[in-house]
Amino acid sequence: MISGTIQARIRAAILQSVPILLLAAGAVSLLLLALDFSPIGIIRAMAAGSLTSWLKFSQLLSIWVPLLLCSCGLLFTFRAGLWNIGVEGQVVMGAIGATILLRMNPGFLPPPITIIGAMAAACIGGGLWGLLAGVLKNRGGVNEIFGGLGLNFVAQAIILYLIFGPWKRAGIASMSGTDILARDLWLPAPIGWRVAPAALVTAIAVFILTWIFLDHTLFGLKVKAVGLNPKAARLFHIDPNRYGLVAIMVGGALAGLAGGLQVTGVYHRLIPAVSSGYGYLGLLVVMLANYKTLPVPLITLFFAWLAAGSIQLPIMLRIDSSLSGVIQGACVLSALLVHGLRTRRQG
Amino acid sequence: MKKATIIGMLLTALCFIAAPGIARETAKTFTFGLLMVGPANDHGWSQAHFEAAKEIEKEVAHTKMLYIDKVNPADRPGITIPMLVDDLVSKGARLIIGNSDDMKDGMREAAMMHPDIYFLHISGDDALHGKTGNNLSNLMGRMEYGKMMAGFAAAMTTKTGKIAYLGPLINAETRRLTASAFLGAKYAWTKILNKPAADLKFKVSWIGFWFNIPGVTSDPTLVTKQLLDSGYDVVISGIDTTEALVVAGQRHKAGKAVWAIPYDFKDACDEAPDTCLGVPYFNWLPGYKQFITAARDGKWKKQFVWLGPDWKDINNPETSSIGFIEGQALGKDQRAALADFQHGLADGSINLFTGPLNFQDGSVFLKKGETATDEQIWNLPKLLAGMEGASK
Repeated sequence: MISGTIQARIRAAILQSVPILLLAAGAVSLLLLALDFSPIGIIRAMAAGSLTSWLKFSQLLSIWVPLLLCSCGLLFTFRAGLWNIGVEGQVVMGAIGATILLRMNPGFLPPPITIIGAMAAACIGGGLWGLLAGVLKNRGGVNEIFGGLGLNFVAQAIILYLIFGPWKRAGIASMSGTDILARDLWLPAPIGWRVAPAALVTAIAVFILTWIFLDHTLFGLKVKAVGLNPKAARLFHIDPNRYGLVAIMVGGALAGLAGGLQVTGVYHRLIPAVSSGYGYLGLLVVMLANYKTLPVPLITLFFAWLAAGSIQLPIMLRIDSSLSGVIQGACVLSALLVHGLRTRRQG
Repeated sequence: MKKATIIGMLLTALCFIAAPGIARETAKTFTFGLLMVGPANDHGWSQAHFEAAKEIEKEVAHTKMLYIDKVNPADRPGITIPMLVDDLVSKGARLIIGNSDDMKDGMREAAMMHPDIYFLHISGDDALHGKTGNNLSNLMGRMEYGKMMAGFAAAMTTKTGKIAYLGPLINAETRRLTASAFLGAKYAWTKILNKPAADLKFKVSWIGFWFNIPGVTSDPTLVTKQLLDSGYDVVISGIDTTEALVVAGQRHKAGKAVWAIPYDFKDACDEAPDTCLGVPYFNWLPGYKQFITAARDGKWKKQFVWLGPDWKDINNPETSSIGFIEGQALGKDQRAALADFQHGLADGSINLFTGPLNFQDGSVFLKKGETATDEQIWNLPKLLAGMEGASK
């Protein structure tokens, strides 16, 4: 029975994504041809740069991890009918939370415990930042889009203040961030790996838990009810405000976790651009997935491939790498278009 | 549970789709990789590196360049120096040049990961402190001289006695360079024009990074406008890009008597020649050549190299690492005075880092008659007395 549904779902997902991909590929190819670039050459360069060895693929995965975490967080908020634009800020606050703990580095604790504590602090930092956006909405009547956007700027200001103020490196305040962490506080990665296995496992586990919670529990059903029709939800004694708060807090915590992993696993220090735009990219991922859970890991993988592969464009073809942003944009627009047409036909 | 297994299998399968790469190394060519912090056509810092590397491809037999520009967290979020180095190495690069102070940690980390690849970090000093293995060296130009000439030309030209310096972020390098510009200006003001030192205003405005990052740094265009509005009539640029010159050029067109001195790249004056007093620039060719041939011929040595001008001809592209090209806006008398000044610097009769010199806070930097060592200049801890602006 279960495998039957999953087959049906996969079939549906494929049927759904084929027109989107065709449309996106067509639009991008036309654009590239108009600019006098060969689409095939570009795909080949991008594939060669990110798929031809484990080293390169593990780099791609190091982008996939934070993007997947942010996207999972967004699944919660979208399901509750919230537009959580504040993911960037939540990533930043998570990174700050983790850094606070890592900088204290209590010597009596073994480093792995410190790192785990830092990840917890990251979840708390991001979660509280999300909660703040939620409270602003519930209590202050501030739409979560504006609240989230405002809080992004506040978070950016806080991180810049910390990096240029109290946490600056000895003698030099630098955009390149705080002093590098002690080696034993880095998430360990085996030789030849550019992604920490612990980060990979965390991301996969978070995705599976997200899927279970949202698609297979009463909690998930209630969140969905809140998202679909808050007024009707009240009739079933579901308080939309409370469920909204929980959703945005969970979303924030997952984004915060992404920020914490960036600090210990990728940059090994706190940098101003620690959120790397994953918050906004996550929005595109979830929209492209039509707000469904299962396609998210694959779409994030595709976006991670675009990000990692885009570096090949200037090296191999001397094309500006922002082209990958155009490809992303074309995909999302195509998705929205296909979904929109389909809904209209059904309606 | 079954669904979870399927997802797990899917992910694992994806990992294995990544087939092993095909090595395609040509035995004869020596490939080097260049990581530039800004765009390769910025008319400034990064372009100076890019042009030198292109010249190397022409002049040094069997060399080939791979490059990536805009290597900074704002332009390429999520991309780290070690990732880029992995990539360049997999494409055959044997030497990696990182052209920004900002890449220090990344270069160090990548050098640890690739002990058999050579690394050249521009403007850092890791090789001095033994913080790294033998595969990481440092190269920098003695821009102090160029900045002294810039300050000199500025003071000879200013009508208001107010000179501004558009600074990037605050570190030892930028303190050293702003102080040099100030010393050049003070020399012209007091020794050539015989005016009292107190009448010379020298203000440093830091924007926060090497170039404009909207929302993060101060906007250099706005900062320049404010400086010009408040009576500073010469702006010396210390950032990687040419906003100071562009704004001064617009004001000049509107009939204002203002000037600018860009930085880094020999053709930087081209954007607004009428208002350009000259440009102190880096010529990376001699330094690059030294390191790249050494690496190619297996004669690499870990070292810290700080190359100066070739005083016989500071604009000789083959030999002089620091140059100064006079701009159209520099007057005839000023040119003559600048030439004398350059002779003085060349023969050592003028050493501006000579005491008595105090820091901004009044503490003593150099006692009377004392000259600064290279190390004191390289690590200049504060701005000098007479300069306005933050030291930290």
